[in-house]
Amino acid sequence: MEKEKKKDLIISLAVIAAVYAIVAVLEAVLPRTSMLFTVLKKGSIYALVAVSMNLLNGFTGLFSLGQAGFMLLGAYTYAIFTIPVEQRAAVYQYFDGGIIQFSLPVFLGIILAGVVAAFFAYLIGLPVLKLKSDYLAIATLGFAEIIRALFQWDKLGGLTNGSNLLRRFPVFKSTLFPMTVAGICIAIIVMLINSTYGRAFKAIRDDDVAAEAMGINLAHHKRLAFTISSFFAGISGALLAMFQTTVQAAQFKSAMTYEILLIVVIGGIGSVSGSVISSFLFIACSEWWLRFLDNADTYIGSFHVPLLRPGFRKVVFSIVIMAIVLLYQRGIMGDKEFSISGIRKKIAARKAAKAKKKEGTK
Amino acid sequence: MSRTVLEMNDVTMQFGGVVAVDSFSMHVDEGEIVSLIGPNGAGKTTAFNVITGVYPPTNGNVFFNGEKIIENHPRGKMKKLYAGKDNGKYTGHLEPTPDMITKLGIARTFQNIRLWKSQTVFDNVLIAKHLRRTSNVFSATFRLNMAEEKRQREETAELLNILGLYDVRNNNCTSLPYGLQRRLEIARALATKPSLLLLDEPAAGMNPQETIDLTNFVGKIRDDFKLTVCMIEHHMDLVMNISDRIYVLNFGALISKGTPAQVQADPVVISAYLGEDENA
Amino acid sequence: MGFFQTNLPYLLAGISTGGQYALIAIGYTMVYGILRLINFAHGDVFMCAALMVIYSASYLPLYISLPLAIVATGLLGFAIERVAYKPLRTAPRMSAMISAIGMSYLIQNLALYVTGGLTKYYPPVPFISDSIEIFGAMTKRVTVITPFVTLFLIIVLVSIIKYTKIGIAMRAVSRDFETAQLMGVKINSVISATFVIGSLLAAIGSTLFFSNYTGVTPTVGGMPGLKAFVAAVFGGIGSIPGAVIGAFIIGICENLIKGMGLTTFSDAFTFVLLIVVLMFMPTGLFGEKATDKV
Repeated sequence: MEKEKKKDLIISLAVIAAVYAIVAVLEAVLPRTSMLFTVLKKGSIYALVAVSMNLLNGFTGLFSLGQAGFMLLGAYTYAIFTIPVEQRAAVYQYFDGGIIQFSLPVFLGIILAGVVAAFFAYLIGLPVLKLKSDYLAIATLGFAEIIRALFQWDKLGGLTNGSNLLRRFPVFKSTLFPMTVAGICIAIIVMLINSTYGRAFKAIRDDDVAAEAMGINLAHHKRLAFTISSFFAGISGALLAMFQTTVQAAQFKSAMTYEILLIVVIGGIGSVSGSVISSFLFIACSEWWLRFLDNADTYIGSFHVPLLRPGFRKVVFSIVIMAIVLLYQRGIMGDKEFSISGIRKKIAARKAAKAKKKEGTK
Repeated sequence: MSRTVLEMNDVTMQFGGVVAVDSFSMHVDEGEIVSLIGPNGAGKTTAFNVITGVYPPTNGNVFFNGEKIIENHPRGKMKKLYAGKDNGKYTGHLEPTPDMITKLGIARTFQNIRLWKSQTVFDNVLIAKHLRRTSNVFSATFRLNMAEEKRQREETAELLNILGLYDVRNNNCTSLPYGLQRRLEIARALATKPSLLLLDEPAAGMNPQETIDLTNFVGKIRDDFKLTVCMIEHHMDLVMNISDRIYVLNFGALISKGTPAQVQADPVVISAYLGEDENA
Repeated sequence: MGFFQTNLPYLLAGISTGGQYALIAIGYTMVYGILRLINFAHGDVFMCAALMVIYSASYLPLYISLPLAIVATGLLGFAIERVAYKPLRTAPRMSAMISAIGMSYLIQNLALYVTGGLTKYYPPVPFISDSIEIFGAMTKRVTVITPFVTLFLIIVLVSIIKYTKIGIAMRAVSRDFETAQLMGVKINSVISATFVIGSLLAAIGSTLFFSNYTGVTPTVGGMPGLKAFVAAVFGGIGSIPGAVIGAFIIGICENLIKGMGLTTFSDAFTFVLLIVVLMFMPTGLFGEKATDKV
């Protein structure tokens, strides 16, 4: 068994490496502005935050709706600390150049984004994680809104630039950057899930009374899951800032958390690969493939297709999501992971079925 | 002279105005199997819940291996509502959480099976090994704790083997028949390396043969794992065959105690279980 | 007297807003009491009522379109329950909540599509929207009428719950869902009635609200909805008087904060209140405590 597991792991890594290689080649070949790259970039970012949300909601069973707030913290932390010193006067024009007068390298900025988000999660977690599931959802939602209001407050403008947007911070050019950062982070989350701590989280999700009785300290582990999830949400916020090249608190509304939640549900609560697949599908549909639904001048032959105009895409989208939520509750992957051994088993099962059929017709 | 492992003193558990456990005192000595019996609703599981830290008692204390681990007295709202005895006797305030109790070496099973339904038989036991870890979240995530992980898995496999669950270890725990699920819960409790094992109705739902098997089983694990056992049970054959001593509860209060022979002969117990003869 | 004079317009606005929030909050608290579900789509129903009035008022005279829209809103609430919540009644709680969020998302996107992203304006309602003067402060008549209308509706509702068959059924279902079913209570009718009543109240609240703040956008229901929900939690979720008191408190404090010049924080106040309640008094003012059996 051990040998097969190792073989599967090597194949999985090879496939992932191949994907990165293909993207690198595509980057050299296709024009920079191709929608494919937008989808890959934004998809990676949302994949990371979706997986971080899944860690909390799907694997530990803590229904938290605060993700947008932690992305906001991460995005702002990154932007605030990496704007080049020469640019600060221009960016913070209403706040005398702002109070931060140094700037960190990109790598540190990203890490700091995660740390700040994690720190706030730690503070919030102490009182909030004791609440029952519905109340936890509302409390985290509330905190996210409070944070958003704080970051738009002009008294803090020296730091946050108030309700003005932050810009001129370093951004990435290559699609491989967000893919790599997200990839590494997701890999770390997967390693956590498969470790003894990950198993403890699942125990808390399945039956927290039994988990406590078997020696798992609920408060400590819940806080751990919350803090780690928020760390990666913060990093995804930093990546989002780099993707958008501007950051504004008003954007991080609860609607953003809802979108991430829907991505997680569609992919399957409790499946990392489901969240990743679902993120890319979601972004592809909403940014790229279903764009035609917004085009008021769509014709099939000479027939003017009615109903199509801006906003229709989102309606169709919402209906599809409701259909999945109502009819296909387990999502694309359920709580299983996409794995080589899974494919292997399916191929074997199909072979066995074929063999049986042959036996029958002989 | 065997030492006392568990000692409960005047434990009262009151929920609002309802007295679930009324000034209950008991003790369990090393290596004993002590049973807690009584009609349904007598407060037996509540007593277990106090010992394991699920409920802080309204009054009284609990000692484990000679050290005080739980104590409480009526405070706040309860001061007015308190209907029990020994008010004022206890002044301390010690409210550990259940995981702390387990860490001390007290493990339990549940009246209604509480296995982790999404996990395999193996993982249900493996998770219980998490308590005795020496790694932290970083070393675990970055696989720096491979030796410990290996040890945990080996111990789990061994435990499953001893308890006859090794062959089904990779099945989902819900696919096991009821009797084996109860055994799995015991295996899981044993994985936390307890010195005192609390079994809450381990024979519930079992037929007479299964109950006989369980009787032998409990005695065996008591010997093999050097345990002290405290058990809540309704199956009287199991209780009478295996217990060294018995405590009888009714409406939260202790009505009798002693060896199986003594308790069986006690008229108070008989009338509690069977009701009183109208013509007597 | 100085404080009163400067803050009177805000106080009046607060009482008025509070009443409107109360009418929305009742919907939340009733649904949660019965289904233990936070109906995220309720705030959007509030918004839809307004849009329905706006669109029908361009074809029909107001005295027909207004009641028509209110009835239609009741039907909308009924439909939402049947489509999004009934199929998930046996599913885990989180699924139903996710469905509610999805429904909210759908309604907002539908509204965005239909309105084309333009802000629609509520037609002036004769008598209610007229400006009047109270103690030297200029306001609209609706701010004075709202508390009375709210109180009246609440009395009607409480009477229904106390004295009618359906009211008793509602109370039974919110106490113990399964037992009520076993006792022959028609669960579907009770649940539908709850949603219809909640939506009708929200529709009336919407008329009062938008007679004052006339701009209607697809997301305009989000904040009032959330605030009404916090009011329900503050009052003790499942308690109607609690929700009403909570709503008035939020409405008044929110407007007083605006009066103090801290407009950015008028919204945040609600959330701070929420956090405080959840941390120190999770069952709210009049809620019931429940202990888990192990």
